[in-house]
Amino acid sequence: MSAPGIAVAAPARVERPLAHIFKDAAITAAITFALALPLVGFQTVDQTTMIVLRTRFPQLFYAVAVIFVGRLLMLLTNAGFARPIAAVTGIMSVLWLANNMTGAVAVPDPVLGWLTWCAVTVVALRAALVSRRAQVADAAYVRSDFGEHVVVMVNRLGGWLSPFVAAFAVALPFLPFADQRTMDIGIAILTYVMLGWGLNVVVGLAGLLDLGYVAFYAVGAYTYALLSTKFGFNFWEALPLAGGMAASFGIMLGFPVLRLRGDYLAIVTLGFGEMIRLILLNWSDLSNGARGIGDIPRPSFFGMPFTPAPPEGVVSFHQYFGLDFAPIQRVIYLYYIILLLALVTNFFTLRIRKLPIGRAWEALREDEVACRALGINPTNTKLTAFAIGATFAGFAGSFFATRQGFISPESFNFLESAIILSIVVLGGMGSQIGVVVAAIVLIGGPEWFRDLSAYRMLAFGALMVAIMVWRPQGLLAHREPTVRLNDPKGAKPS
Amino acid sequence: MTAPPLLRVEHLTMRFGGLLAVDDVSFDAADRQITAIIGPNGAGKTTVFNCLTGFYKPTVGRLALGSPEGVGHFLERMDGFRIAQHARVARTFQNIRLFPRMSALENLLVAQHNRLMRASGYTAFGLFGLPVYRHAQDLAVERARYWLDRIGITARADDNAGTLPYGDQRRLEVVRAMCTEPVLLCLDEPAAGLNNRESGELNELLLFIRDEHKIGVLLIEHDMNVVMKISDYIVVLDHGRRISAGTPEEVRNDPAVIRAYLGEEVDEALPAEVAGDLGVPATAPQGHP
Repeated sequence: MSAPGIAVAAPARVERPLAHIFKDAAITAAITFALALPLVGFQTVDQTTMIVLRTRFPQLFYAVAVIFVGRLLMLLTNAGFARPIAAVTGIMSVLWLANNMTGAVAVPDPVLGWLTWCAVTVVALRAALVSRRAQVADAAYVRSDFGEHVVVMVNRLGGWLSPFVAAFAVALPFLPFADQRTMDIGIAILTYVMLGWGLNVVVGLAGLLDLGYVAFYAVGAYTYALLSTKFGFNFWEALPLAGGMAASFGIMLGFPVLRLRGDYLAIVTLGFGEMIRLILLNWSDLSNGARGIGDIPRPSFFGMPFTPAPPEGVVSFHQYFGLDFAPIQRVIYLYYIILLLALVTNFFTLRIRKLPIGRAWEALREDEVACRALGINPTNTKLTAFAIGATFAGFAGSFFATRQGFISPESFNFLESAIILSIVVLGGMGSQIGVVVAAIVLIGGPEWFRDLSAYRMLAFGALMVAIMVWRPQGLLAHREPTVRLNDPKGAKPS
Repeated sequence: MTAPPLLRVEHLTMRFGGLLAVDDVSFDAADRQITAIIGPNGAGKTTVFNCLTGFYKPTVGRLALGSPEGVGHFLERMDGFRIAQHARVARTFQNIRLFPRMSALENLLVAQHNRLMRASGYTAFGLFGLPVYRHAQDLAVERARYWLDRIGITARADDNAGTLPYGDQRRLEVVRAMCTEPVLLCLDEPAAGLNNRESGELNELLLFIRDEHKIGVLLIEHDMNVVMKISDYIVVLDHGRRISAGTPEEVRNDPAVIRAYLGEEVDEALPAEVAGDLGVPATAPQGHP
């Protein structure tokens, strides 16, 4: 092989004797058995008078067998049998899929069937990849480089692709398949995209790990809920106030924790998030406690409500436009509100990244001591990041309140913070398009596959593990400089 | 000295609990000159720097900085980043502190942060891309290009600073400090880890800064090759005290300095290579049995 140096060593053709391979597979199977015995082997069933222990040994042995065979095939793939394995498992995978689809041969447990199909397919794909790599081992087919290449390409494409994505998002309500459910999922995804972009300012750019982001979301939601139910503000009047309120909470949190970094900061912000939730839960005079606030006014379209029978003297949306009343009209309107808010967030964060303050955030993330030596005020710079991130959460929060019509402290628990942070981390810190992809996967995925809801968390965990193994820096982590001196193609000065 | 010095350090003392790191050190640093602070490891050189640049608050002492505009600052009363912002004292670090995952050009733009912040109306003008901000940004890029040209890495301006060769990173850190338009530039061992050719390039850069940009340079350095060649004035510290000061010629012949570097029994046997390092004539004759 003539390709340069180390890059060629990629095909993992580890020569190991068969005995070794079997031993390894047996050990893996034993570990699986030990783990799965309590988890899969026994099941407690709640009967009216008592709890009964039921055994599920067939499933247990099935799982152990799958793991044994799978591990064996994997090691054999590495040992140079990639091509036959790819062929056999590939055919098996297709047949299995066909069978599952048509139901020609009955499978005793459909879920186990699907899981096995996944396992077979993974083995097949991996074997195919390994054998392909063995063939084109020359030159630039090294995995890491290849992944990086794809990421750079996607991010470059993102530049001119984003108008199309935005156009699609705008046109979505009028596409034939857009029913109420699709619109609801779209609204949910866009809410999290917006939250992800907002948190990206704090975590991705300024490098301040914030585990309590949902607190600002809650502040925004309650600000709108209280202003509208108690003082009669409408959505658009309350929106800037909610943002401002969240920003001032951001500054309030920011001040005491400015000296903290990394893990310490994460723990304090986590505590702050819980504090806000507990205050909302216990300060019943203000927040109505665990019962929450209901009857939050829905947004109106320039004063025209979306109701079938408006009160005397008020023209509702469908009357004005001469349409028949349909509940989806309001859903579409909500969809456009959150789309607008998300696009504003995107525009703002893209823009601010290229301004001095954005560069200072990134510089603070890289080296705070150097920033001080260059005369950058770390306090103000960090506080701006906190405040701006919080503002967007506040906007999203008041949207959440107006969409749900009802909020309670339960909506703002730690899991929400964790999901928003996962979206940012999974997408690749600092990557705008990465946040979109991650939000679609993490929020849209579970919504679309509700039938498999029992396995949602399993899939979520598997996805996280896979990402951490293959792309620990996130799906689309790639940083383009904010200013360029030279043409990106080569060393030609512009 | 006829003109008042750029920096006057008086009775600087820094105590960490029971440890006296800097003990009553006084010296002047003149404008348009390179003043070197040398001394064995642990002599307190970096502590002096940290006091000057606001990373430590001195226990006792006065650090008076004049500036060409005639506005004086007492650095010991100022807070960390304000020294760089208002008194315009810039520094580099012993271990390189660039922003490794930002491009070389961005490193130089971050150094112009305060000026750009004002021009961008504290972000408001910048957000709408007003001409006043765009103009300032262009100027900042031009200034960065000037310094990148100077150290010869314009072609790699858009590469992450962390991927540049070590010698380029050292010089990039120096020019990044220069982009803040300082009146006093403090360099903490800029030649550490450089080979002969690279430290030659660094010397050239420092002399250029002194002669063309007409500012004061304060330098901590172990590499006597650099110190003796380019310094106009040298202050020698040992165990936190000033033991000598003067021109390179005076310092290299000062017995106190030689003793500090080589121990008491300097007359007995001074290894030729050590003496050469310091630029002192070896006391032990070459043909000694």
